[in-house]
Amino acid sequence: MSNTVMDKPPVNSPLPPTTLKQPRLPRWAPVGIALVSVGLGVGLGLVAGWESRVQWGLIAALLYLLITYVLTTTIEGKRQAKDRFATSLVWTSFLVAIVPLASLIWETIARGSKVVDGYFLTHSMFGVPNMSEGGGIYHALIGTLQQVGIATLISAPIGLLTAIYLVEYGTGKLAKAVTFFVDVMTGIPSIVAGLFVLSFWIIILDFGYSGFAGAMALSILMMPIVVRSTEEMLKLVPNELREASYALGVPKWRTILKVVLPTAIGGITTGVMLAVARIAGETAPVMLLVFGSPSINTNPFEGEQSSLPYYIFEQWGAGNDPSYDRAWGAALVLIALVMILNLAARGIARWKAPKTGR
Amino acid sequence: METGSTKTTPPPGSQDPAAEGGPKSAKRPGDRIFLGLSKGSGIVLLAIMAAIAVFLTWRAVIALGENEGNFLTTFEWSANSDPPVFGIAVLAFGTIVSSIIAMLLAVPVAVGIALFISHYAPRRLAGPLAYVIDLLAAVPSIVYGLWGALFLVPHLAGLYEWLDDYLGWTGIFEYGGGAPRSLFTVGILLAIMILPIVTNVSREVFKQAPKMHEEAALALGATRWEVIRMSVLPFGRSGVISAAMLGLGRALGETMAVATVLSPSFVIHASLLDPGGGTFAQNIAAAFKEAGDMGRNALIASGLVLFVITLVVNGAARLIIARRKEYSGANA
Amino acid sequence: MAKRIDVSGLTAFYGSHRAIDDISMTVEPRSVTAFIGPSGCGKSTYLRTLNRMHEVTPGGRVEGKVMLDGESLYGPGVDPVAVRRTIGMVFQRPNPFPTMSIYDNVAAGLKLNGLTKKSELDTVVERSLRGANLWNEVKDRLNKPGSGLSGGQQQRLCIARAIAVEPQVLLMDEPCSALDPISTLAIEDLIGELKDQFTIVIVTHNMQQAARVSDRTAFFNLAAIGQPGKLIEIDDTERIFSNPSVQATEDYISGRFG
Repeated sequence: MSNTVMDKPPVNSPLPPTTLKQPRLPRWAPVGIALVSVGLGVGLGLVAGWESRVQWGLIAALLYLLITYVLTTTIEGKRQAKDRFATSLVWTSFLVAIVPLASLIWETIARGSKVVDGYFLTHSMFGVPNMSEGGGIYHALIGTLQQVGIATLISAPIGLLTAIYLVEYGTGKLAKAVTFFVDVMTGIPSIVAGLFVLSFWIIILDFGYSGFAGAMALSILMMPIVVRSTEEMLKLVPNELREASYALGVPKWRTILKVVLPTAIGGITTGVMLAVARIAGETAPVMLLVFGSPSINTNPFEGEQSSLPYYIFEQWGAGNDPSYDRAWGAALVLIALVMILNLAARGIARWKAPKTGR
Repeated sequence: METGSTKTTPPPGSQDPAAEGGPKSAKRPGDRIFLGLSKGSGIVLLAIMAAIAVFLTWRAVIALGENEGNFLTTFEWSANSDPPVFGIAVLAFGTIVSSIIAMLLAVPVAVGIALFISHYAPRRLAGPLAYVIDLLAAVPSIVYGLWGALFLVPHLAGLYEWLDDYLGWTGIFEYGGGAPRSLFTVGILLAIMILPIVTNVSREVFKQAPKMHEEAALALGATRWEVIRMSVLPFGRSGVISAAMLGLGRALGETMAVATVLSPSFVIHASLLDPGGGTFAQNIAAAFKEAGDMGRNALIASGLVLFVITLVVNGAARLIIARRKEYSGANA
Repeated sequence: MAKRIDVSGLTAFYGSHRAIDDISMTVEPRSVTAFIGPSGCGKSTYLRTLNRMHEVTPGGRVEGKVMLDGESLYGPGVDPVAVRRTIGMVFQRPNPFPTMSIYDNVAAGLKLNGLTKKSELDTVVERSLRGANLWNEVKDRLNKPGSGLSGGQQQRLCIARAIAVEPQVLLMDEPCSALDPISTLAIEDLIGELKDQFTIVIVTHNMQQAARVSDRTAFFNLAAIGQPGKLIEIDDTERIFSNPSVQATEDYISGRFG
């Protein structure tokens, strides 16, 4: 086949000619432009006397985008300008977002660390007036540990078994329904879970406020998370392992207990710990169901308790400097608790990761 | 190009053992007990969901029966008075507006950060950064609330005046002074709060964009942005949408971060910057302690509406994910 | 529209690992040059240094010179994007953009270069698809997704997409390794036709294929696993397959290792 079409010399090629060398901005240009924009932002801010640093930063970011775009359009051409614009947009969005998040962590650590000490961790708020210094989070720590512990005791077995049902047994309509409603459950706002326990446990069955009531709401929030993560982990267990076990005549339930679960146990533990970290920070259900109490109550089944997140809310609500300090202190402890759980969970996940293929 | 992640290949077919080992082995007592236990747990879960629906609806119906106002249009929440008068107009407005503001602010930035981590950042920075953002997603919302109330709000007055100067003529950015405890502030705080989670999910999706399509674009002489536009964004679009929906679900149901920065009132302002308004979750938190029986029932009714809204949002997200699965299957 | 490539002293790294070492060769215009050698000898890496795709890989780095008709590809002020437009590439696995139609796939590179007029696009798309021997098979379904085609058709679509932007050189990285024998034959025929227009470099695992399609053949080898790959010899294909000057080449070709 002689390519009649190809043989036509492409003199009338509609494409622009290419040269390898294109005029380009020097390598330091982005940094240079950034410095100039920040300088201008600060300068404008000082001249105009804007109080908020937020404005200074926004002005600098906008200037940076504008200067980059104009400069590259004139020097490098439209396509390069778009590329540089996208790059600078991505960088600025990163920087803009990192500021509040870093500030959140910084404020909590800086203000919280002034308050947190041995006394703070081992004393309650019993008899401490809002306006005065002193007091601590001991009662709230106990409350959080008990409520989260009970919630875990309720939801971990149910969640685990449900996941086993879905992965190892579930094929019919029931399994489909469970899968669907686990998804629905994942989306329940925490305050709605609180309202449910309120209407059912406190209004209708006429029990009082207690740590256990809060734990029930927390377990509703925790269950779907445990089911989802356990499901994922069980699905990672290779089918060959199950078949090998069946081939040896091991009954299915023993195969699940002795082969499948041990293989996935690392991932399952991680999932449960992440779920615990998630509910440890929930405030709304505790507020509705545990009601808050300044004194130590070690019985989660009777009487009002407190919890760390609720304590933060309560101390913030008190609205004076010593109570703000206590709120920051509790926030620091809460973040530390959640981070330790997260880091430990990730550690376990990495350490016990199932060896898949590669 | 990526950090050690356990999510690799799709799981092996998991229904097979059930199919082949089901009927025969179920006769063993051990198997029967185990199946019963795990099936029972699934049923418990369904029962809980049913109970939630039934109890909330029941209390809500009682409240609605006594309500002297119009539940949908009344601008008032006096559920404890006799007769009770309450309506969710202000709450629905506040919830939806603040969540929309949060989405408008957070989603573009989250996509930017996700692209930054997956395609722009130096590799040594990208790994730890992804990890840190992952951890930030775990910070409890009450901490965001505390920070918002004690740090963010005092720093926003300047921005508010500025918005008033330049955009005040639109009507929705008029600012009359006072502490900036408005729906707009709520939106900003919610945006900051959902940023890590939306970023994380988007980043996961972008990371999975097939390398070979990126290389195809590169080999045609595409710039980095063109590569992303041609091969990463089309692949990640539905993933980003579902990430955004996930964030929206969080924002809609958030209680503490709203309760701490909003100064609530039962009015709807034309300007987003005027203090006042409310959201479903915030109103429940605020009105609960003073509520009597009817008050609680009324709050439960409003909670039910919130529940339905989040259900719809989550359902939409799942539909999008399901459609994406079909789509990628057709092209495999 | 075909240019000569002169490579001298080219070394490529992945981080600190030296993947290929000190390679020099000349690739003649309007000819097919085949790279053969055992797995891991760096032929694909080398190919990717020729259009600056290697540096896209994290840690990828290149030393040495690549000249395209006397113009250095790695010189200061050279835009890698322009290099890749000038030197097209076809990959091991067919990779049409899954979200685009057949037409849009071919037009993708053109649109990047600012071609927007429908009539012009139509002309170039048709010319490229004809050039890739695909026009007759797809002309009735240009608006269907490219992913609906067979593997061989997809690969020819990728070739059409690559030649649409009128490159000087076409690099092919084992373009037939994922295809069945009939599709392979179609691609080999196509390569024979394309060499009138382009300088073609093809990496292949299949020695018969190298013998069939190429004018010159380069043999790469490595001393041991973990050692950098080296160019052993490059010569006319006939010579390499009948009377190579290095023993290792003969051993490889006669199937004694590799």
